[in-house]
Amino acid sequence: MSQSELPAPRSVGPNSTPPDQAALADQPRWRRDFPIDSSEDDYVSRRDLVKYMVLTSGAFAVGQLWILYKSVFRRRAGSAGARAVAQVGELPVGGAKTFNYPEGSTPRLLVRTAERAFVAYDQQCTHLQCPVVPAVKQGKLHCPCHNGWFDLQTGVPIAGPPQRRLPRVLLEVRDETVYATGVEDSAT
Amino acid sequence: MPVPETLEFFVDPGRCIGCQSCIQACAECDTHKGQSMIQLDYLDRGRSTQTLPVICMHCDSPTCAEVCPSDAIKRAEDGVVQTARKPRCIACNNCVLACPFGVPKMNTRMNLMMKCDMCYDRTSVGLKPMCASVCPSQALAFGTRQEIAKNRPNSKAANTFRFGAQTIRTKVNVLVPANAAPELIDVTAAMYEPTIGHDMLESVFGGKGEAGA
Repeated sequence: MSQSELPAPRSVGPNSTPPDQAALADQPRWRRDFPIDSSEDDYVSRRDLVKYMVLTSGAFAVGQLWILYKSVFRRRAGSAGARAVAQVGELPVGGAKTFNYPEGSTPRLLVRTAERAFVAYDQQCTHLQCPVVPAVKQGKLHCPCHNGWFDLQTGVPIAGPPQRRLPRVLLEVRDETVYATGVEDSAT
Repeated sequence: MPVPETLEFFVDPGRCIGCQSCIQACAECDTHKGQSMIQLDYLDRGRSTQTLPVICMHCDSPTCAEVCPSDAIKRAEDGVVQTARKPRCIACNNCVLACPFGVPKMNTRMNLMMKCDMCYDRTSVGLKPMCASVCPSQALAFGTRQEIAKNRPNSKAANTFRFGAQTIRTKVNVLVPANAAPELIDVTAAMYEPTIGHDMLESVFGGKGEAGA
């Protein structure tokens, strides 16, 4: 008995058939999560991994450039001009007041430490940004949130959690008026 | 790259002469170098010289993958069921126990299930698998359906098997006598046939009472 051609058996398709022959939509969730067909599986290809690594590294690099740009930009914008923040007679020795410099900034703390001596710092603690309060008699600034202490003359952290000094506001006294003339960036 | 659709694998148990060439050639395959994935079954060694090379049948619904708890066994789009993925295989032996054809092998040294992947590096570029390239009697044949029809007019291809309640369709075809009745090879029923040896082959492939070719 000869045959011109073998009858084609029911061939297998591109996707496997579940044992119950039901459609994929009717299958339990685990079968969709753990497919037998490699085309359905979410493998991370080498190319995808390289793409991810390149894009992530690129994002980091762009972030670094942005930080660099911002730091240069902020240093240049540091001199926002002089601004009168208080009269000399307004504060007793040991007294303090807050002001904004430049306009719209976070509160700055102005302390009269001696007859003709003023210091001013950003009032935000460099730890977690609680407002610091002056402790002029001890020559310190105190942050009550976590018991942080700063030196009143320099703004350097001397105790507690803060690691960076307070940003200092540069002052100038002319004709009985205290002017803020600039802000020094906080550094470690 | 998938295995070309026109090329198919045919196993003709009646042609196997038990020379073990396929076993040796299989170990040369680059996808599992040094490991042979074929075992030669002696159907009834006491009374018959009949042998049968066991290669993966590449089921449409691979039982090995169905039972794999670690999602390690995958079926490619062309229907070839691959060896367990090394990062996922936990060497639990489920597939070895579950496969109705007895194909997967556990490599305990590597803690990895390895199985016939139809020499995927070769067949995916249109070459014959190692075993089919060496088989002297072409009991393992890889080619187009037309070639087989032309060279083996007394055979027909079957790829549906029944194991108890489970019906399995495979990518690999078994050549059965052309006048054999069943479109579906009932393996478990054949296991309980009282006759063995050549008689068994006739009853399996030739149907009830019908003599095989």
